[in-house]
Amino acid sequence: MDLATFLIQCLNSLQYGLLLFLVASGLTLIFGIMGVINLAHGSFYMIGAYMAYALAPVVASTFGGGFFATLFVGLVLAVVLGYVLEWAFFSFLYEREHLQQVLMTYGLILVFEELRSLIVGDDVYGVQPPDWLAGTIPLGEVMTYPVYRLFISGVCLALAAGMWAVFTRTRLGMMIRAGSTNREMVQSLGIDIKFLYRVVFAAGVAIAVLAGMVAAPVSSVYPGMGNQVLIICFVVVVIGGIGSIRGALLAALLIGVVDTFGKVVFPQAAGVLVYVLMALILLWKPDGLFKAG
Amino acid sequence: MSFTRHALAAAALAATVAAPAALAQGQPPLKVGLMLPATGTFAALGTAIENGFKQHVAEQGGKLGGREIQYFKVDDESDPAKATDNVNKLIKRDNVDVIVGTVHSGVALAMARAVKESKTMLIVPNAGADAITGPLCAPNIIRSSFSNWQPGYATGVMAAQKGYKKAMTITWNYAAGLETVKGFTEAFEKGGGKVTKDLNLPFPGVEFQALLTEIAAQKPDVVFAFFAGGGAVKFVKDYDAAGLKKSIPLMGSGFLTDGTLDAQGASAQGLLTSLHYADGLNTPRDNAFRNKYAVTYKMQPDVYAVQGYDAAQILAGGLSAVKGDFGKREAMVAAMRKMTVDSPRGKYTLSAAHNPVQDFYVREAKGRENVMTGVAVKVLPDPARGCKM
Repeated sequence: MDLATFLIQCLNSLQYGLLLFLVASGLTLIFGIMGVINLAHGSFYMIGAYMAYALAPVVASTFGGGFFATLFVGLVLAVVLGYVLEWAFFSFLYEREHLQQVLMTYGLILVFEELRSLIVGDDVYGVQPPDWLAGTIPLGEVMTYPVYRLFISGVCLALAAGMWAVFTRTRLGMMIRAGSTNREMVQSLGIDIKFLYRVVFAAGVAIAVLAGMVAAPVSSVYPGMGNQVLIICFVVVVIGGIGSIRGALLAALLIGVVDTFGKVVFPQAAGVLVYVLMALILLWKPDGLFKAG
Repeated sequence: MSFTRHALAAAALAATVAAPAALAQGQPPLKVGLMLPATGTFAALGTAIENGFKQHVAEQGGKLGGREIQYFKVDDESDPAKATDNVNKLIKRDNVDVIVGTVHSGVALAMARAVKESKTMLIVPNAGADAITGPLCAPNIIRSSFSNWQPGYATGVMAAQKGYKKAMTITWNYAAGLETVKGFTEAFEKGGGKVTKDLNLPFPGVEFQALLTEIAAQKPDVVFAFFAGGGAVKFVKDYDAAGLKKSIPLMGSGFLTDGTLDAQGASAQGLLTSLHYADGLNTPRDNAFRNKYAVTYKMQPDVYAVQGYDAAQILAGGLSAVKGDFGKREAMVAAMRKMTVDSPRGKYTLSAAHNPVQDFYVREAKGRENVMTGVAVKVLPDPARGCKM
């Protein structure tokens, strides 16, 4: 592998890893702060991708907007969806056992899949990136790199930075962190913990939906895509350490590298390398790379 | 008196002439079970197969070999996990004589195993899994389509003839893809080339970026791809977008561009593929078939419609030979083996393992058609490795 190829594969790894982090961060947020195992998280990613496909023509005909208008409308819908779901279902789950959480959220997966099938059908759809992001930039002699993938990396990095800032630098972040360790204490200080949880949950949903929308042009839109991404997201959360955003970022980037180079260097074993990585890390650190705290 | 005698003579004559027909008339309708995808990614393919089958039945006046046809339908959802239950609905509940199905290889393998036990006749109108006419072959299993090895092999011959020496292959990591690639490699290396690397990714993933980078880095003379449906659309577009189409020619089995050209647009133009059917064959047989299909179903036929049509033709050939008497199974299968199927794709026969021995065309993507520009391999038999029959 020459240097140019190596560097491009590094870019590919980074882009995949960052996107994975974006989906997984919502999962680890909800798990780490509220203690809810949310199997339906992959469905939010799928909903995002289908939104990118189905919403674009609606947005274009109603507001005359393009790609970013669609992203914006999709985000607003996602926040509403997250808020309503938390109110209707998840707020009852905090005190329940993990088994009951798993059953409930698995039920939600089935509901979302059926709704998806009813509304948009079971076909595979392609989504076009906006024209000005559709090109490639040359790297080396025959190599090129798609501009849109740089855009994805940019969006993911910006969001990661934003999340870090909110958690460590704001009063809201402080309250959320406090609420995750001692719910009663925070409540007795006069903070509306229920509302706080609802906001965190809606944010987690919105991030997953955004990831799905941004990923749609490079991943296509197909039935069952949510469950595929869910599995790998749980791997990210487990490797990174449950509830640790920093751990999720590192784990996602590691998986990006292993998956990308694995596909190319050991094509026959590509499917299992990520799980081998998980097993090795858990042998070394049974709680994952970083423990939340 | 003479009236009675004449009448008797006439009646006797009529009886001898009409005897086979009368026998067939007296039999109950033949129960045909259609196990095809009616929902999901392959729904359109299932519809085309059913349309083709029914078109031939209609051309025969609603009967095959003198027998009325009664249909039983099951949606297989292209789900291997449900395949055994679904096929048993037809075998045990509906007690069908013949099953026609299906598209997905994994489902078809489960069907083949089920009919091996029950001895129900199975005609496979698409699924290419090599095992169906390989280790799983049986007297009551017949394929009207192809084996995965075949189009791969034909494309390998094409690539070797073009003088390419170094090839890379790329496909999903599942039976249809791996078997097609195996066929390609066999022919390409026999023709003096060398496959330097097989790339694959999990089905039905479409994250090709890392693999396209690898192709660009290795600069082979040619790339062989097996993808179908939405994945094929994405791959051909990504290949073009990565700037590879200009520098490294892409070839594929015909499924890369069949039914996907509309969506692939300019990215697919000029791609060479190989399959046992093509647009613009322009034979009287194919033209008649296409016209009738277009008029009846208000859409253009494709390779799937042809395979469904041929499933009915093969069944008709066998049934006619035994005058509709489905009880004479051995004679019926022997007739199917001997028959020449007058298919819209061109005439072909069945191999000892019951797989079509057929021509594979060179097809070039032009506009919205995969136009026939030549023949890659004439009368290509499937090697049927592992078939003991």
